[in-house]
Amino acid sequence: MSIETISLSGRKKEVSNKKMTFLESLYLVAIFKGLMITIRHLFTRKVTIKYPEQTRELSPVYRGQHMLMRDDEGRERCTACGLCALSCPAEAITMKAEERKPDEMHLYREEKYASIYEINMLRCIFCGLCEEACPKQAIYLTKSRVMVKSNSDREDFIYGKDKLVMPLDMAINNTKQMAN
Amino acid sequence: MDQAIIIEKGIFIVVIFAITMLFAMYETLAERKIAAWLQDRIGPNRAGKGGILQPLADGLKLFSKEEFMPNTPNKFLFIVGPAISMSTALITSAVIPWGDKLHIFGRDVILQATDIDVAMLYVFGVLSVGVYGIMIGGWASNNKFSLMSAMRASSQMISYEVAMGLSLIALVMMTGTLSLRDMALQQHGMNWNIFYQPVGFLIFLVCSFAETNRTPFDLAECEAELIGGYHTEYSSMRMGFYLFAEYASMFISSTILAVLYFGAYNYPGMDWVAENAGANVSNIIGIFVLFAKICAFIFFYMWIRWTIPRFRYDQLMRLGWQMLIPLAIANIIITGIVILLSDGKL
Ligand code: SF4
Ligand code: SF4
Repeated sequence: MSIETISLSGRKKEVSNKKMTFLESLYLVAIFKGLMITIRHLFTRKVTIKYPEQTRELSPVYRGQHMLMRDDEGRERCTACGLCALSCPAEAITMKAEERKPDEMHLYREEKYASIYEINMLRCIFCGLCEEACPKQAIYLTKSRVMVKSNSDREDFIYGKDKLVMPLDMAINNTKQMAN
Repeated sequence: MDQAIIIEKGIFIVVIFAITMLFAMYETLAERKIAAWLQDRIGPNRAGKGGILQPLADGLKLFSKEEFMPNTPNKFLFIVGPAISMSTALITSAVIPWGDKLHIFGRDVILQATDIDVAMLYVFGVLSVGVYGIMIGGWASNNKFSLMSAMRASSQMISYEVAMGLSLIALVMMTGTLSLRDMALQQHGMNWNIFYQPVGFLIFLVCSFAETNRTPFDLAECEAELIGGYHTEYSSMRMGFYLFAEYASMFISSTILAVLYFGAYNYPGMDWVAENAGANVSNIIGIFVLFAKICAFIFFYMWIRWTIPRFRYDQLMRLGWQMLIPLAIANIIITGIVILLSDGKL
């Protein structure tokens, strides 16, 4: 087979440079055909999603806002091992580890915990690698539809533990559901 | 009596002016909506219900923009350019018969600002003056792209005016009048000129697109080559005037198309309505019919715009000089022969 006849897409068309006839060069027939094509689109279904009122259907693998999980006793799972920060391709995570005091047994599951845990949402690409790396199943990307809010201050995009740790009432609910 | 006429005409002119402006305003919205629909989108729908207030928002935006003046020695011409564009777009409406006549307060009110018997020449003259706005604006901008665009616009207008004039000659030969009112009256009922002059209509239509600088003949505003064309240097409401003038002239040229070829305010069955409901009702319906025809043409203008791409410059010139002009001349000859034949003089 010669190279001229190969058509990978199956839609190959030979371009011809023939002279147009007088009728063709008036373009009338071609324009009429074009008009018929466009007018059909006037009646087709519009594909626009009217955003604030309608939202796009999310994919099953959608990854939203991170959450630092609590276990069924409401204690934070994270042990500040730093594996998530290490695996993060965008270097979005920083943390500071601290030793657990004896009277903090009910707050943190492990002997070491993250006293500061911050994710820079301007850097994060929501790849989910932190979730995969975590040995303690402490960080998850939720299906939350809440997007990172726009802001004018860069500092506001660094989410600390106040925004990341699972709210207590949610943990209580979870535990109750598990008990049932 | 004289005073009455002055008041009557004054009111009429103001009304026509307002309607033209309203049309031009809502054409901008219609254009965006139709563009969107033809591309399977929805179009502007946030300002007001379904985007109905969008033109106001656009106008407000233009008004609040900074007025920028390029460093040009022709400051006066720079300001005059958009004004000329706008006024030439508007003054054509003076000779257009918007309806037959109304009988109010015991007087016959002719729905036309002025019925001059060379109306056709007037229209033609005003249309060709339209290029001055673009030319002057492009020249005074002191910008080579604007100037190039202005040159393109003027050579395009000059080329297409010839074919346009020739296509009108055939029409004038047939109707035997230059007055638009007479022409409208002759097309009574369904006796529209389009049925006698289809080729002439086609030529005139193509030329109208060229004269109003609409796609596919909008080489003057070719963004890819000339930035914004002649209005590159314009901002704020001066720019708005140019855009507005384009829409106003689109309205006027749709009106002329409707009046010359599509029977103006005439509609089938108008005699029946006049007999049964009175002449006034029939004539008022006529006005609405004319506006319906105008809207149809405006839609057609937009439909074309979103269907075919811009011509290349040499294609444009070839179409004008080598296709339309010979066609128009052939049309004149054939029209002449047919007129002679039907008069039995051959
Ligand atoms: S989702 Fe990816 S980018 Fe974001 S913090 Fe986790 S690992 Fe880093
Ligand atoms: S979230 Fe998981 S991986 Fe990251 S520091 Fe805590 S325990 Fe380690």
